Amino acid sequence: MKKIVAHTFLVAVSAGLLLELMAMSSTAEDLRKNEQVIHISASSFEFKPSEITVKKGVPVTLEIASQDHHHGFRLSEFHLRADIQPGVMEKIRFVPDKSGKFTFLCDVFCGEGHEEMSGTLTVIE
Amino acid sequence: MRDLMKTDLIQRRDLLKLAGMGVAVFVSGTTIRAVGAQQKSNDSFYFVQLSDTHWGFSGPNINPDSQGTLKKAVAAVNGLDEQPDFVVFTGDLTQTTDDRKIRRDRMAEFRDIVSQLKVKTVRFMPGEHDASLDRGEAYQEFFGDLHYTFDHNGVHFIALDNVSDPTAAVGEKQLQWLQADLKQMKNDARIVVLTHRPLFDLAPDWDWATRDGDAVIDTLLKHPNVTVLYGHIHQEHHHMTGHIAHHAARSLMWALPEPGSVPKKAQIPWNASEPYKGLGFRNVEAEVAEARYKIEEISMAGRS
Repeated sequence: MKKIVAHTFLVAVSAGLLLELMAMSSTAEDLRKNEQVIHISASSFEFKPSEITVKKGVPVTLEIASQDHHHGFRLSEFHLRADIQPGVMEKIRFVPDKSGKFTFLCDVFCGEGHEEMSGTLTVIE
Repeated sequence: MRDLMKTDLIQRRDLLKLAGMGVAVFVSGTTIRAVGAQQKSNDSFYFVQLSDTHWGFSGPNINPDSQGTLKKAVAAVNGLDEQPDFVVFTGDLTQTTDDRKIRRDRMAEFRDIVSQLKVKTVRFMPGEHDASLDRGEAYQEFFGDLHYTFDHNGVHFIALDNVSDPTAAVGEKQLQWLQADLKQMKNDARIVVLTHRPLFDLAPDWDWATRDGDAVIDTLLKHPNVTVLYGHIHQEHHHMTGHIAHHAARSLMWALPEPGSVPKKAQIPWNASEPYKGLGFRNVEAEVAEARYKIEEISMAGRS
């Protein structure tokens, strides 16, 4: 009798775990499906687009390409930065874990208008 | 300019003692008398630091006297009762331009103007406006090495370049050069580091940082008597990293807001009722035996 109870218990636990794993997998799959892929063009002295809106908790991939020469991309609030070299598509992946408006900017001195080269990332709930 | 008696000057000084920083900062008003004139002893000397002159900048709302401010500063230094041992410009001598010819024209004009300084020893350093777009090529044609050392009356000066690499890094090669230089120094050597950008993360989103500044500071921390003088942030600022004091100088073209005080860094507009407010230079008196530096901030405000 004890064996039957133990066996039933194990089956129940396993089924529960399986369901949980399936649910997690499904959530991850959903997140992947909903991944926000944003193409950004960097050129002297602007990012296009310079205004970006994404959803909190949903993975983001920024695909950044330079149209002229070496630029930088810095988004300090999420501890992100990259060198953007001509001819190389730089991919930055992250999951925004807070909402608000955050400035990103070029942090490689690129010319007369360098200090104006920035944009805003808006993270909504 | 009012001609103040020295005693008057001493009474009017607002002495800010920065505890633990090995420095006393004197904030003076319109006077241009040197602190060194009253207190200079055998083992002390003084020099003048000017910074961020941005020759070639044009912006009537920011500085309607962009063609005159540097010349006034040169005249003010020449008017000091006692001439400094030397003058150092800590970068952004010229306003950046994408045009190679204009860049050189501005450097030539700047060099001509500062050649009017009475003091004959003038040291230069690049800022990112001078050197980031061509990795210092034009700068070196006019002003020489991007980084170097010199010794003066018992103080070892190290001019570090954190601008000719457009990513705002000192770089591994220069770091090794610095380590090799410091290895030759006695542990208690008096060391003054001159840079353009801050070596610490003052405000990285405002480009007020050096990408590999931590490595530089780690190297400097091994020596007990190190002080850093820099520019770039267009305002007086004092900060400690361990026992190392970092002192930022004002600009001679425009002022900038305090780090993080506004959402976006922007030049402070000219105030006609307080012309030249926030612009200035500084006298630095080195008390070598005590490894102390007295900084007297000289304002350009009120000059006509």
